[in-house]
Amino acid sequence: MMMQKWRRSGDFIRFGRKSLTNLRSKEDSVSRSVSGFVNCCESKGKLFEPNAGNHNTELDHRCPGRNLGIMQQYKCFGSSSASQIQRNPLFSSLDSNDVSYFKEILGEKNVIEDEERLETANTDWMHKYKGSSKLMLLPKNTEEVSQVLNYCDSRRLAVVPQGGNTGLVGGSVPVFDEVIINVGLMNKVLAFDEVSGVLVCEAGCILENLANFLDTKGFVMPLDLGAKGSCHIGGNVSTNAGGLRLIRYGSLHGTVLGLEAVTANGNVLDMLGTLRKDNTGYDLKHLFIGSEGSLGIVTKVSILTQPKLASVNLAFIACKDYLSCQKILVEAKKNLGEILSAFEFLDNNSMDLVLNHLDGVRNPISSSENFYILIETTGSDETSDREKLEAFLLKSLEKRLVSDGVIAQDINQASSFWRIREGITEALQKAGAFYKYDLSLPVEEIYNIVNDLRGRLGDLANVMGYGHLGDGNLHLNISTVEYNDKILGLIEPYVYEWTSKHRGSISAEHGLGVMKANEILYSKSPETVALMASIKKLLDPKGILNPYKVLPQSFFSP
Amino acid sequence: MSHHRLIVRSQEKRKCFCFVLPYSFSFCHRTMKILVAVKRVVDYAVKIRVKPDKTGVDTQNVKMSMNPFCEIALEEALRIKEAGFAKEVVAVSIGPSQCVDTLRTGLAMGADRGIHVEANSSFLPLTIAKILRSLAEVENPGLIFLGKQAIDDDCNQTGQMVAALLGWPQATFASKVVLDNDKHVATVDREVDGGLETLSVDLPAVITTDLRLNQPRYATLPNIMKAKSKPIKKMTLEDLKVDIKSDIEIVEVTEPPKRKSGVIVSSVDELIDKLKNEAHVV
Repeated sequence: MMMQKWRRSGDFIRFGRKSLTNLRSKEDSVSRSVSGFVNCCESKGKLFEPNAGNHNTELDHRCPGRNLGIMQQYKCFGSSSASQIQRNPLFSSLDSNDVSYFKEILGEKNVIEDEERLETANTDWMHKYKGSSKLMLLPKNTEEVSQVLNYCDSRRLAVVPQGGNTGLVGGSVPVFDEVIINVGLMNKVLAFDEVSGVLVCEAGCILENLANFLDTKGFVMPLDLGAKGSCHIGGNVSTNAGGLRLIRYGSLHGTVLGLEAVTANGNVLDMLGTLRKDNTGYDLKHLFIGSEGSLGIVTKVSILTQPKLASVNLAFIACKDYLSCQKILVEAKKNLGEILSAFEFLDNNSMDLVLNHLDGVRNPISSSENFYILIETTGSDETSDREKLEAFLLKSLEKRLVSDGVIAQDINQASSFWRIREGITEALQKAGAFYKYDLSLPVEEIYNIVNDLRGRLGDLANVMGYGHLGDGNLHLNISTVEYNDKILGLIEPYVYEWTSKHRGSISAEHGLGVMKANEILYSKSPETVALMASIKKLLDPKGILNPYKVLPQSFFSP
Repeated sequence: MSHHRLIVRSQEKRKCFCFVLPYSFSFCHRTMKILVAVKRVVDYAVKIRVKPDKTGVDTQNVKMSMNPFCEIALEEALRIKEAGFAKEVVAVSIGPSQCVDTLRTGLAMGADRGIHVEANSSFLPLTIAKILRSLAEVENPGLIFLGKQAIDDDCNQTGQMVAALLGWPQATFASKVVLDNDKHVATVDREVDGGLETLSVDLPAVITTDLRLNQPRYATLPNIMKAKSKPIKKMTLEDLKVDIKSDIEIVEVTEPPKRKSGVIVSSVDELIDKLKNEAHVV
């Protein structure tokens, strides 16, 4: 059975735009200074002069009216450093000639000035990040993307590429008045090879639609995530989305065989190969996988898909302590290796949150336990796969690694188990304010940070840990009644410093976006970030593509 | 309509029996056995595909599971046993060898033993009802639970037919079941148009279960382990002396017609014109 059928994605109201306005703190309450770490690297950034001929930025700061007539400061919620960004005064402001030009290229109806639609496009789905763009463009093909970018580059109009707008770090919405380029109309499947399993499609294809298309051909997408009903494949590639199948099929750096991208000046880079092996020169497509639209807009993708296997089994088990979870992971890799397709965990706080905030969810385990694990197997033989899974679990039960557990007997039961794991994000939103961190850590360290943070926050907040244990990826979430400075001050930069100390990554699969652009140095050396900045300058000299994100602004300041 | 009348008749019959002939102890709760029929069907969540030759539905490489209504029937039987009203719950499945998997699920939920009636062709309700009658004569249960219908053929006939063949009272579409051991009756709520209907039926009886009766339990690891040592008895049609001749022949199975895509009309006049001349609804 297809794995996506195991989850009732249709039931998800995850992307409903319930207003969180009343939960926000006063705007200016979140304006802490950036971490010292970044400040110390600012001098380093000065090595990289932006293009010759630029204005003196300092002067622009003092005379805000000179260039733009506006001086904005960006505010957002739940992230300390992102709240102190200044609009880059070198960017032009949109005028009526620009809009007329876009209408000429794209046609009236694909140039959106409607306030309601802009409101949606300006806001991320968590309602944490909100821009003030006055224009959204809906190109229908690569040529139009190229023309639009070429024009924006010549006018120095900043743009934000947008897909399904399901990102969690504010990467897909404008920070100020950037023009939104949404590729949603580019949603055609271009080719599918039933022998190699290579799918070629446009960037705006919704992940679930691709999965459904492949289902009719007997194939599955190599990635699957909670937002599948809204997210675009172009966005998945641009953010190097991970998700639930990574343990089985690997990251998009492996499964994306080629792509087409348009750089800031409108140059179309055709790297749309469909070959598994191709060692001719630098493999530049990787620059566009995970660079969050800061180097170019991905317009087409070729991706390796896998045959759909007949037998999928899912177990939901309970463990007393985190050490048992680790041991089960090791044992599962040994005993179920060839059929293991997901290994997810959640703690009891996450379970309680889901039980309290989502309707119709019940704990499959009769008595509550400290940790829960979902183990999914995907293979070709129902009988032997099931026997293998059962034998493994019964052995774990005898060894007391597992305290209790259930195995889904039908797809409906499997969906309800997945609903618990996939429903956490939705439940978090219903519970009030939340701070989200997406960390890669050595597996043995994963739960220590949750415990440390619990000690630090005490009764102030509910700290939850869940995530892709099999990939060493923790989703650390802190749920509170409302956003407030004190709590944020206790979390950041503590979480980043903790992660850095253990050589983890502060962004495992969500990306940096605007939330963590300044924090990249916790996971990458200044030399590495400096090289990233020079690549950015090479491909986007005027810095119009998704500005203020991914890399610290200090690396671009004169 | 027909089974509605049947049930009323069975109630009257109960009254007669109660006054004239009090029950013996043969269905005493300490010994009562419950027979539950569980059907293996294409999983509820699978998108059904019709075979290209139109002879039926494609079941190759398709996830098969226990019919959800049968799961509810089994859950109710288990709850009755756990409440001390029955001694044994026997799950029975009729069909190819893979039905053993469905029975294992039943045993892992808590059934005490399974009976697999081997049959390689798929039967219509009357044949299944005849097989269940023969089994009831062998097993002598105090209650037979079935799902109100199977989600593959949606026949909604087997329970009624079993009751008729056995001459037992029936309560279909049960949304609540209460047993009274002293009086040997089951009080059953059933959801009907406009409200709830409450019936009393004498035991032995046939009860078919509706969606809201209960929420079936999951198969836990300890119970999956226990289920491995529970017996599943194999029986053949010859053992049960059932005639499998069917009066019904399936001529063709086709997919429902594809929905035509809608159009956006530009004026009220156009809408009315389309409703009149294309949709023929006004």
